[in-house]
Amino acid sequence: MSPDPDQAQAVQQPGGNLYTPITMTIADSRDETYDVRTLRLEFPGEAERAAFFEKYRVGMFGLYGVPGAGESAFCIASPPTQDQYIECTFRKAGRVTAALRDREVGQTITFRGPYGNFFPIEEWKGKNIVFIAGGIALPPIRAVIWNILDRRDEFGDVTIVYGARTVADLVYKHELQQWQKRDDVKLILTVDPGGETDDWKGEIGFVPAVLEKAAPSAENAVAVVCGPPVMIKFTLPPLKQLSFPDADAYTTLENRMKCGVGKCGRCNVGSLYVCKDGPVFTIEQLKNLPQGDL
Amino acid sequence: MKLIDADKLTDLAAALARAGYRVVAPIDDSGVVRLKEWAEGAAIRTDAVPVNSAKDFLFPPSEIIGRWDLDGDDFTPRDVQPDAPKTVLLAVRPCDAAALTLLDTVFNWDYKDEFYNARRQAATVVPMVCTAADEQCFCTSVGGAPDATAGADAMLRPADGGTTLILEPLTDKGNVLLDAAGPALAEGDAVADPPVEIPRRFDVEAVTEWLSRNFESDLWPAISLACLGCGACAYACPTCHCFDIQDEATRRESVRLKNWDSCGFGLFTLHAGGHNPRPDQAARWRNRVMHKFSYIPERFKLLGCTGCGRCARVCGAGMSMSEVCRLIADETKKAPTHES
Repeated sequence: MSPDPDQAQAVQQPGGNLYTPITMTIADSRDETYDVRTLRLEFPGEAERAAFFEKYRVGMFGLYGVPGAGESAFCIASPPTQDQYIECTFRKAGRVTAALRDREVGQTITFRGPYGNFFPIEEWKGKNIVFIAGGIALPPIRAVIWNILDRRDEFGDVTIVYGARTVADLVYKHELQQWQKRDDVKLILTVDPGGETDDWKGEIGFVPAVLEKAAPSAENAVAVVCGPPVMIKFTLPPLKQLSFPDADAYTTLENRMKCGVGKCGRCNVGSLYVCKDGPVFTIEQLKNLPQGDL
Repeated sequence: MKLIDADKLTDLAAALARAGYRVVAPIDDSGVVRLKEWAEGAAIRTDAVPVNSAKDFLFPPSEIIGRWDLDGDDFTPRDVQPDAPKTVLLAVRPCDAAALTLLDTVFNWDYKDEFYNARRQAATVVPMVCTAADEQCFCTSVGGAPDATAGADAMLRPADGGTTLILEPLTDKGNVLLDAAGPALAEGDAVADPPVEIPRRFDVEAVTEWLSRNFESDLWPAISLACLGCGACAYACPTCHCFDIQDEATRRESVRLKNWDSCGFGLFTLHAGGHNPRPDQAARWRNRVMHKFSYIPERFKLLGCTGCGRCARVCGAGMSMSEVCRLIADETKKAPTHES
């Protein structure tokens, strides 16, 4: 859970410019929804690729940018087990994401990272894992899901509860289909009431209610929750009811960031920096943070 | 000891400039005392605390940290080096020098900011002992003193009733500077004047203790009502180090800039999705006070305030950090209530 003490040393070249990104080439571009896109990014060379994957653990994040527009922090949406590229998934929300969205396959963007801490999945070996995600919060969890599925034998049951406002807002639809077909994954999809289509076969209801109904066992299990602040808030009571200890439930926060490395001073929640002490926190830690700063 | 007449500081500035230093000193700027680069003919004034702090010359308001050539949709990175000329921060204040301990820590506590470090290494810090203070000064309330030497490479000490200055080297950098000053300094004896007495305005440990259990308090909206959210306090502050990163581009070139920012601004924490963890000025002021007196002490065992009082002097709404701290310290003296 704590930042890796060697991380800074590993990421930064001695005497180098901390803020210098590398140039990544867009190898693939997929539209997940009408306003959410995934980019597959390839490294400029083997040295950069190897250096990245030496440090990267699932849950860490990066700064993605386009010169002239700026850079924005979001998660690395692909797992370290897929080690020839990274993927990022973002919703067009402002100047940087609009510029990223304007980039086409074969063109380049800037990237720096990986930064922050990570999900302690090595401690989860042999355990059942329950993923709970809402809307655009699936990407950070998707990296964990694939990390687990790529090392399937090492973990127990995998349950995924994923919801969005409408069917159109569900991201990674092609992968949801893959997970649906696997008999070693239990996938429960839901959309908010009114967000369903005529042929919708999933649940209708908010994620916390659907989680309560699905009632995954907390025995020998960890939970990973990611969603908008309001979803996380209302997911905590059902998790408690299902007897998931707060120390075995994890989430990842995505505050506004600029530097990503504990200097620029804006991503703190209370005394903790999301970029350095997070982005991965246990629910136990989350509850100890000043709630008015979340 | 090395001496210079108090009214000959410009001779010292000139000698250091000839020796290749960029001389930053408190200079009369249309009646305002401002730390700026000294040039021949500029008057050095040590009779008032400059409106800006010495941080401006180590962590400038705006600096280029990335540069690209643009060609249509293609971009090519270009090397960017810190602009770090050999500099002397001459006759700054002990509260400026004290702030360097925190800035050194923040810019190096894990990842290292080479832009700050290059400037810091190129800087020789020469504060002047304060023999006068105004009602906003409160260094003694936050562990400082008008003659504190923390962060200093050499000290200027007013002597012989303010007619003379003693220049006392404290580090190797200070010795090099004294050598560079050459005949601008005279060998002689003088009796240092006593530093000004600055009353202790609040118990800072009581403030930190109160903050640790009062994230939610009626005090926050009460003290922040006057705040205009202009950010002047953060810009004048010697320890405030929050920054933004923004790109500016023409059709041919883009630069990435590290610009001062402030937790007092509404956009500072606004999420792309519309949520703002600090939606009002009360939440922002709370963060400002918490950061300086609770979060920084917790993480670095330092205070995020050196008591220079600049924030209060520049505030258009008359707000004051020392007043806020005094209010908080007063809270701790109140009898316990029935609140849980």
